[in-house]
Amino acid sequence: MAFAAFSSTAAPPADAPPRRRSNVALLLLLPGILYLVLFFLAPLVSLILTSLQAPTEFGDIGMYSYAFRWENYVAVIEQYWPHILRSFGYAIVATVLALAFSYPLAYFIGVTARKWPLLQSLMLVLVIAPFFISFLLRTLAWKQILSDESFLVTSLKAVSLLAPDAHLTGTAFSVIFGLTYNFIPFMTLPLYTTLERLDLRYLEAGNDLYASGFHTFRTVTIPLSMPGIVAGTLLTFIPAAGDYINASRDFLGGADTQMIGNVIEANFLVLLNYPAAAALSIILMTVILVIVGVYVKRSGTEELL
Amino acid sequence: MTRFSLGKWLLPVYSALALIFLMIPIVYTFVFSFNDSLKSNITWRGFTFDKWLNVCAVQNGAVCEAFGNSLIIGVVATVIATTLGTMIAIALVRYRFRFRAGTSLLLFLPMATPEVVLGAGLAAQFLSLGVPKDMLTIILAHTMFCISFVVVTVKARVAGLDPALEEAGRDLYGSPAQVFARITFPLLLPGILAAALLSFALSFDDFIITNFNSGAVTTFPKYIYISASRGIPAEANVIASAVFILALVIVVTAQVSAAARAKRQARQG
Repeated sequence: MAFAAFSSTAAPPADAPPRRRSNVALLLLLPGILYLVLFFLAPLVSLILTSLQAPTEFGDIGMYSYAFRWENYVAVIEQYWPHILRSFGYAIVATVLALAFSYPLAYFIGVTARKWPLLQSLMLVLVIAPFFISFLLRTLAWKQILSDESFLVTSLKAVSLLAPDAHLTGTAFSVIFGLTYNFIPFMTLPLYTTLERLDLRYLEAGNDLYASGFHTFRTVTIPLSMPGIVAGTLLTFIPAAGDYINASRDFLGGADTQMIGNVIEANFLVLLNYPAAAALSIILMTVILVIVGVYVKRSGTEELL
Repeated sequence: MTRFSLGKWLLPVYSALALIFLMIPIVYTFVFSFNDSLKSNITWRGFTFDKWLNVCAVQNGAVCEAFGNSLIIGVVATVIATTLGTMIAIALVRYRFRFRAGTSLLLFLPMATPEVVLGAGLAAQFLSLGVPKDMLTIILAHTMFCISFVVVTVKARVAGLDPALEEAGRDLYGSPAQVFARITFPLLLPGILAAALLSFALSFDDFIITNFNSGAVTTFPKYIYISASRGIPAEANVIASAVFILALVIVVTAQVSAAARAKRQARQG
């Protein structure tokens, strides 16, 4: 339900109240900020230090000592570059699909359904409903629906829409499908919040000036809903790039669909190769920050951050 | 009113189908909670109410224990995150201070960091400090990622609060504590409750960060992850379905009462 984060920053308060300088502010801020410094910033520093660690001289599994082994980065990139590329590729495709899926839906709820407030709130509840049930169970349900013995797959094979020996689970298709499904609400909600505020008089003005419906949509509606598009794509792209549930073998993934999240998990929790897991995490975060920075700058919605 | 609508019927029909699509795995989970089989999600073996009546019977109550852990973690993390986040939200809207931009960035970054990085970072930190992973480390982790979401949710409410109301309280010789308890807090309460619900939902459903920081403790999502390879017991579907229905009732009630309040106010005004 991260949408709240972006939807409210997209709409800054109209008239900010007068602000006072005071020690009260410090007292209010200190505990929370201290908490984030201790449990968010310090762990990031830990992660960087860990990513540079070297094996101990006896080479015990899971034992490392502090060092400055930047070669760790070279090693993980050499070993895992397909996973890194795949993660961003899957995340980008899933984001585009989620946007294509969500925009018409958000438009209907936010603009067309304005006349019927009850329908509007009912539809909104249905959009956020997936949040109320376990992410893992939803994904497992799709695994069953897409599995070889399922009604869907056997029917598709019966009508020859699918080759007799084809599989859906364990493929790039099912992982991207799962990512798209799971992050659709994160896309729909910010889109809805900007479209819901869209002033219909702009559209009427476009019409009065003899613009075609499509032209008005392209030159008025899309630009006005840009904050929602940017917020929605970020809220989908960032978690999708780091996700490792959809691509897990027990869920929708297979041997050739492992993403960077799966590799980080395996290295950290199974192989106990902490430096490799940490280096991959830092790479993931850096690439995301660069992509997000460039994207936000190019789309001209810096005030969002 | 003309606008880009792709035909009069296309958009409503598409939206209805899209919502049905979103509901598919939810309906699936609910239906299979009635499956008369030890493993719920594989094949349909007939209808039974048993799993709903004896949720904790399977595996000596492992599902229920995991569920209980998730509840405890969710409640404690929510209380701490909501308290800290509300304080920050008030400070951000009401006061001018140095490092304002830095504070905003510090609050934004956890939301822009993939969970796997947050999870691995904390795990690396606990590892280097030699902190054993248990309930406490999960709670510390959950509180961390919930704070930012609380701040943004409550901030919107503080920004919509008329400072004149608090001024009036002070003019009437209310002490700062009285003004807060009688005016500020009640007016912020709907926002604080929304933030708490969001925070609880985020904590309850989190798997990735939990997996890195839970050690031997099993939460509800972790239980599902572990069971995924050998089949989920139908009891897990029961718990998930019950939580879903409860959450739906809460949200629908809130929506309906908000709509009724708006109607009443419109009539009075």
